[in-house]
Amino acid sequence: MKNSFLQKNKDELLTYGLLLIFWIVMEVMRRGGMLTSHFSSMLVPMTYYAIGAVALNLCVGILGELSIGHAGFMCIGAFSSAIFSLLFKETMPTAPRFFLAFLVGIAFSALFGFLIGIPVLRLKGDYLAIVTLAFGEIIKNILTAIYLGVDSKGVHIALNMTNFKIETDGIKLINGAQGVSGTPRNSSFTIGMIVLFLALFVTTNLIKSRDGRAIMSIRDNRIAAESIGINVTRYKMLAFTISAAIAGAAGVLFSHNVTTMTNISNYFGYNASIMLLVYVVLGGIGNIRGSVIAAMILYLLPEMMRGLNRYRMLIYAIVLILMMLFNWAPAMVDWRKKTFGALFKTVTKSNEKEVA
Amino acid sequence: MALLDIDHLSISFGGLQAVLDFNVEIEKGELYGLIGPNGAGKTTVFNLLTGVYQPDEGIIRLDGVDITGHSTEAINHDGIARTFQNIRLFKALSVIDNVKAGLHERFPYPTIAGILKLPSYRKAEQEMDEEAMKLLEVFGLAPERDTLAANLPYGAQRKLEIARAMATNPKLLLLDEPAAGMNPNETGELMDTIRFIRDEFDMTVLLIEHDMKLVSGICDRLTVLNFGRILAEGETKAVLNDPEVIKAYLGD
Ligand SMILES: Nc1ncnc2c1ncn2[C@@H]1O[C@H](COP(=O)(O)OP(=O)(O)O)[C@@H](O)[C@H]1O
Ligand SMILES: [Mg+2]
Repeated sequence: MKNSFLQKNKDELLTYGLLLIFWIVMEVMRRGGMLTSHFSSMLVPMTYYAIGAVALNLCVGILGELSIGHAGFMCIGAFSSAIFSLLFKETMPTAPRFFLAFLVGIAFSALFGFLIGIPVLRLKGDYLAIVTLAFGEIIKNILTAIYLGVDSKGVHIALNMTNFKIETDGIKLINGAQGVSGTPRNSSFTIGMIVLFLALFVTTNLIKSRDGRAIMSIRDNRIAAESIGINVTRYKMLAFTISAAIAGAAGVLFSHNVTTMTNISNYFGYNASIMLLVYVVLGGIGNIRGSVIAAMILYLLPEMMRGLNRYRMLIYAIVLILMMLFNWAPAMVDWRKKTFGALFKTVTKSNEKEVA
Repeated sequence: MALLDIDHLSISFGGLQAVLDFNVEIEKGELYGLIGPNGAGKTTVFNLLTGVYQPDEGIIRLDGVDITGHSTEAINHDGIARTFQNIRLFKALSVIDNVKAGLHERFPYPTIAGILKLPSYRKAEQEMDEEAMKLLEVFGLAPERDTLAANLPYGAQRKLEIARAMATNPKLLLLDEPAAGMNPNETGELMDTIRFIRDEFDMTVLLIEHDMKLVSGICDRLTVLNFGRILAEGETKAVLNDPEVIKAYLGD
């Protein structure tokens, strides 16, 4: 009985185990003063990029839809939770407020995932990718342009500074291009790791459930999935919404780590979405653990090599290539299968053919 | 009352009349064959029956219920399951997961139960495992339960598609060239399996097939299509000896 539990959950247990070891090692090194302050400051971002990669892999690898706007969902989670925290900064103790901020960020990004999913999931392949890209840019641009605040007279929204007439007793929530500032710094490495564990837990359990099978069957062959009575729209929406919600959780960690969000193009533009996609592709499409490992290595690596300034990007490029070979080269895939057995899995997307 | 009753079914694609005035009545428990040369419109009839295409004209009744115009998904719930001429498996899923996908609608539990691995998840998954294994036994696929569908040999893939369709517990099973690409041995086994399904599960089967040995071996009655029109229909033996039918096949 116990053995069969281990057998059945071997894959997830390995993921959780590896992550736990990593967490303990980092924590020990940090407390022992073995990490530079710069490196320590990268631990939280590392967790939210790993979470973002898990979210995107659910969309790209499991649902089989290429999204290049996922940073947009992170952005929504970041802004909505930051606004919540600013509003209740003085009136609520930190712990419950931060917990509620997570719920707010997740709820808003899930809502947007749902609303955007309705038109977007009718599209296929490249079209879907382009529309998600546009969505990500639109979100970012709206949030750069908007002024939002509350004061004794109520809520103020404006699209330029002169129209933004807020009393001095009010709170500026979003200040145009200057973004949001004064978000409490509540994120920590520990909280980041907990959220990462939760994201992995939700994603892997979803994949292994009846719903996950339905989602993957749609990915592998939509027409066959319909023919066995699976509600294709429902499961596409479900996967997309959960994926957006997890990306939103990463955004909450983000806004409560940087505290001031200006120049959000750098964080939530399409290059951020592409970066998440790089983590997913190099970690293995459909391989959730791979996404986490790739995100961590690729995020930490350039920073770890600061000393080697001149060769930094060269080494980074070489690592990218090596990771790609490790994950995708046929000879490596065979070797890995032999060596690690079921430890590493890569799932490729099969192409849709015409009805016959 | 016939289990499947099709009246005046027609569809055209642009100028091409793919199916014209197709009629058939299939009784419960029957093994019914649909044959005809390539391009005769056989697969199109299946696509009309399963809501992939909507007919220009005609009515489809299953068990007395008008199912014309229903979506593909709804038609499966109505009680029709099918296989495809060019195999459509969930390639990146294991053999057992392909069948469990077919069991999807019959063993529901909420999403949250799956994410939290609640007792309802465990119970339903265990029942699905048992049910799926029963079906895999019937098709001799039990030893391959954890193989990826893409890695199965061709003949086994065809059988897995039937197992997946059966998993939805249909009233009517549509098989599109189930013996295509099989060697005579495999075809013989497949004939036994189809008969077994009919007897054991009280299944009604409508099948498209080119292998005349299979058709004459298991079909009770036949309809022959040619250029989208019915050329002949009736008892298998009589139809296969019809000079018109022989001519259509030799002329192909
Ligand atoms: N979606 C479609 N669009 C246009 N023509 C089609 C379509 N589906 C089938 N046809 C045409 O209808 C005719 C019948 O095809 P089909 O039903 O596949 O024949 P078969 O009897 O070999 O299964 C063929 O000429 C085919 O090209
Ligand atoms: Mg055909």
